[in-house]
Amino acid sequence: MYGAAALLMLVSMALALVRALKGPTVYDRILAVNMFGTATVLMITTVGFMIGRGDLVDIAIIYALISFTSTLAVLRFTEYEREMSARAAQSAEERT
Amino acid sequence: MSILLDLLSWVLLLAGGGIAIVAGYGVVRLPDVYTRMHAASMLDSLGALCVFLGLALQTGMTLMTLKLGIAYSFLLLTTAVAAHILGKSAIKSGLEPLSGPMVGSVARPNVGQEADAG
Repeated sequence: MYGAAALLMLVSMALALVRALKGPTVYDRILAVNMFGTATVLMITTVGFMIGRGDLVDIAIIYALISFTSTLAVLRFTEYEREMSARAAQSAEERT
Repeated sequence: MSILLDLLSWVLLLAGGGIAIVAGYGVVRLPDVYTRMHAASMLDSLGALCVFLGLALQTGMTLMTLKLGIAYSFLLLTTAVAAHILGKSAIKSGLEPLSGPMVGSVARPNVGQEADAG
């Protein structure tokens, strides 16, 4: 039964990857990767129960935290990159 | 009693998997970033709750249950913050929802309020 749940999580991860590859905007991709991370956490926990190793729950906790940090970092990067490029274009216009 | 707990935990695990499938289908099929966020947040809250509850029913009251609770609480906190920042960042980039411009959004704070001011 653990295997079935892990398999369903795998299918969900594949669907999230489809969106990450197709996504028209960068936010679609970030959203899909974030959801991929959540599904991975659930799958790691389920697989840990399936093979009888409780240690994998600790790895799942660490994975959740790292996935959150990476999502946050990429989002802040896109936000500030846009502001920086707008500011650079503005200063270039003023200079000419 | 043990059979009952096993059955309940299996049902919860399979429900979590089904919610994950529905969330993945929604993320692929829905038309907009904001509607896709709605589909993805279903896995973050309800799907994770079902899976972790199903696993906690298998272990009983041990340290493992505490670990599962810690993992779920981390997931609950972090996905809420990530969804907030994703939505804010998308609306600030000028990406309007398909249902029309948002009233009083971060990007255009005065949309829809001119009538009151005049």
